[in-house]
Amino acid sequence: MTNAMLAISDTQLATNVLFYTLAAGVALSALAVVLSRNIVRTALFLLFTLGGVAGLYFLLNAEFLAAVQLVVYAGGTLILIIFGVMLTSKAPGMKFEPKAIEVLVAAITGTIMLVALLAGIISTRGYAGHPAEIVRQPLDWGTSQYPVSDLGQALLGDYLLPFELASVLLLVVMIGAAFLAKGRRRRSGREDKV
Amino acid sequence: MTLTLATVCIPPVGLYHYLILAAFVFVCGLLTILLKRNAIGILMGVELILNAANINLAAFNRYAHGGLPGFPSLDGQVFALFVIVLAAAEAAIALAIFLNFYNNIASIDVERGKELRG
Repeated sequence: MTNAMLAISDTQLATNVLFYTLAAGVALSALAVVLSRNIVRTALFLLFTLGGVAGLYFLLNAEFLAAVQLVVYAGGTLILIIFGVMLTSKAPGMKFEPKAIEVLVAAITGTIMLVALLAGIISTRGYAGHPAEIVRQPLDWGTSQYPVSDLGQALLGDYLLPFELASVLLLVVMIGAAFLAKGRRRRSGREDKV
Repeated sequence: MTLTLATVCIPPVGLYHYLILAAFVFVCGLLTILLKRNAIGILMGVELILNAANINLAAFNRYAHGGLPGFPSLDGQVFALFVIVLAAAEAAIALAIFLNFYNNIASIDVERGKELRG
């Protein structure tokens, strides 16, 4: 009995340490995204946040989601954003200082939002339909099956229509982005001739 | 004994820990949108908000709505995957628009958008 309890608390301890480390990293780098004035540093802290969130997905047994987060988000979207930073600023260290009134409004909005969200989350603790014990332990998914196969079944089964719509959307986005970028170049070329 | 002491001192990680972290990340994204005047900074705030939503989706999938033993239902993870796809599409289009904006106005400051008509 004590041995089993000790083994459980051992894995719980590992989960706790991992979670709190990752959560502190995610929270601090998300805060740094807000506070940093240099857009390149902001992009770097966003990279840390995305990596930490990928670690949280690993903790939540969402391995495929974590891999997609690293490949698509940290590897693709963030590179695109850094490209945008480099293309749109002559001096990458360019700074925009917010006005004092903007900082005040943002602080009030953020405080209200955080307090409201936390109050909403905490108020569900004693909700009759969902006793707090349910959400303390992760669900038992069994060890025989590898969840990523179920993910594939879901994507090509129940979610086939959204899956195909997403592929159509990506095609439209590709054409749209190419069109917008091309129109920009043509206009600048015409200005050069004049 | 030390292990049990540590687990007593630190409560086991559950759904609420993830929800509180996601709420914090969401507020950080909101503040980023409100405070940045660089259009790309605002896009980064949107990415933070989408990540907060994704943490919630994955956490609910793991703790509250995930099917039965041996038959996991991964709706939350599928939703999170679609959110990642949409975020990538949104970033691509937004950056193309920002490039046009920068080309026309020679600045990435969103305050300069006041000069636009319509």
